[in-house]
Amino acid sequence: MKMTRKYKFIMYSILVLFSLYFLFPFIWALITALKSEMEVFSFPPKFIPDIPLFSNFMDAWNSQPFGTYFKNSMIVTVLTTIGQLISCSLVAYGFARYEFKYKNLLFMLLLSTMMIPWDVTMIPLYMEFNMFGWINTLKPLIVPAFFGSAYNIFLLRQFLMNIPKDLENAARIDGANEFQIFYKIFLPIMKAPLTLIAVLNIILVWNDYLGPLIYLNDQSKYTMALGLASFQGVHELQIIPIMAMTLVMIIPPVIVFAFAQKYIVEGISGSIK
Amino acid sequence: MFTKKNKQKKFTLVRKRVPFLFILPWIIGFIVFTLGPLAFSLIMSLFDWPIAGEAKFIGFDNFIKMFTADPQFYDSLSITLKFALIFVPLNLLVALVLALLITQPIKGIKIFRTIFYLPAVVSGVAVSIIWGWMFNSEYGVLNYILSLLGIEGPNWLIDPKWAIVTIVIASAWGVGTMMLIFYTDIKGIPNEMYEAAAIDGAGPIRQFISITIPTITPTILFNVITSVIAALQQLTLVLLLTGGGPLKSTYFYGLFVYNNAFKHHELGYASANAWFMFIIILLLTMLIFKSSSAWVFYEAEVKKEKKEKKGGKRK
Repeated sequence: MKMTRKYKFIMYSILVLFSLYFLFPFIWALITALKSEMEVFSFPPKFIPDIPLFSNFMDAWNSQPFGTYFKNSMIVTVLTTIGQLISCSLVAYGFARYEFKYKNLLFMLLLSTMMIPWDVTMIPLYMEFNMFGWINTLKPLIVPAFFGSAYNIFLLRQFLMNIPKDLENAARIDGANEFQIFYKIFLPIMKAPLTLIAVLNIILVWNDYLGPLIYLNDQSKYTMALGLASFQGVHELQIIPIMAMTLVMIIPPVIVFAFAQKYIVEGISGSIK
Repeated sequence: MFTKKNKQKKFTLVRKRVPFLFILPWIIGFIVFTLGPLAFSLIMSLFDWPIAGEAKFIGFDNFIKMFTADPQFYDSLSITLKFALIFVPLNLLVALVLALLITQPIKGIKIFRTIFYLPAVVSGVAVSIIWGWMFNSEYGVLNYILSLLGIEGPNWLIDPKWAIVTIVIASAWGVGTMMLIFYTDIKGIPNEMYEAAAIDGAGPIRQFISITIPTITPTILFNVITSVIAALQQLTLVLLLTGGGPLKSTYFYGLFVYNNAFKHHELGYASANAWFMFIIILLLTMLIFKSSSAWVFYEAEVKKEKKEKKGGKRK
């Protein structure tokens, strides 16, 4: 196909126009975070602050226990990711590499749990965690991850279905037990899909707001998402520190995404096939 | 002879148990965190269940109240449906257009792909803070830019007519995931198909209508279902961006259930509300699936069958 200049010009114009919608809010947040109080509330709005105040970030960080929030978010994100990797790889392996009674029924059940709206189980789950004495701890956010999640299991199973059966049969003849086969042979080849579910989980859990909102009461237990939301609720006019912390909050998922972009682009298509 | 048989028996017994050991984590999690709560919430919907004090069995009263005595139920339901009706087609269209754009073979296209996807990794909390500030009617940059173009911007978050539009714009920011799903699917269409069509004299638009669209209908189906479910459950943005207001114009169904449970402490009533939405989602999903045979392209089915056959052989 021949690319005319006109075609290229039109294409780039459209691309740039869309980019404005996706990128400008980030840029505007950064500009706002670097402004002085005077500049923020001036009209017409200034697009470049006279002196970019990078100290705004430190001030904002110290105005609330953001260090604690950050640490809590880290704990929850790391532990749930470990939990998902362990549980989902085991379960997906069980579904993909064995034949057993009720397998199809159980797998249908697994898939159908993806359709259950969050608010149907919200209240009983709250009561259940309350009974365990887990309210106002990070446990309700962490422990369920060790029992797998339907979408991740589905993703891994799709991957494992495509591996020839000869692999484990050869190992069985060599005398390896079932767990060794999983651990020594299959786990290493699952690196790509495991990376994908780790990345998806990190983004999902780091960003989660509703879980922390329901289960946590004390500021000392807050995660970044909840801490930032409550900060905004109380100090509506302090837009500068709010913007600064908003930017801090989105950095970790953006970094993870930057490193794992390849896995996401490839993995998302695999999930629906 | 006897011992050998015994050994064999033991071996098959172990082999029978092994798969269940592997899927055990999910079975436990399913019972404790899904099935149990699901059943319990159905039971709760038949009770008057305050947060403190005795729960009282009241039969279907919660459902009767919901359908006959609570105008907020119908208001929230219709606002949510309205949101879904605007959001789902718009989101699909934007995702499809973006996916087509990023499949164009021009320089720097990967950078645009990254830019378009970026907001999809951002928390709803950050999305609502950033857009809330953009939409601010006094100091917001959006209305300033509009004024430069000679348009007087509305009071986005204060005007009940416009608040729902702000939710649509802010939530469409995360269209990147859907775009990527379309993108990988479109990229998978063999080039020869387009070349053959071009030889037959089909232009780009004709190619899009006769090749691209029919091939990606299964993906469209997938995206329709997931975005309908997501739209009907939208909660984070309305909690943080509008709080359900102004004048309850964005009091979405998710917020209605959430407030009934955690603000008004009517746990039984909230459970009934939640079950109603669950059933709506189930019915809608079934309906969309049923309709799919009419518009989802047949060849996908052929492919699927082939795949399944292949899967069967492996067994």
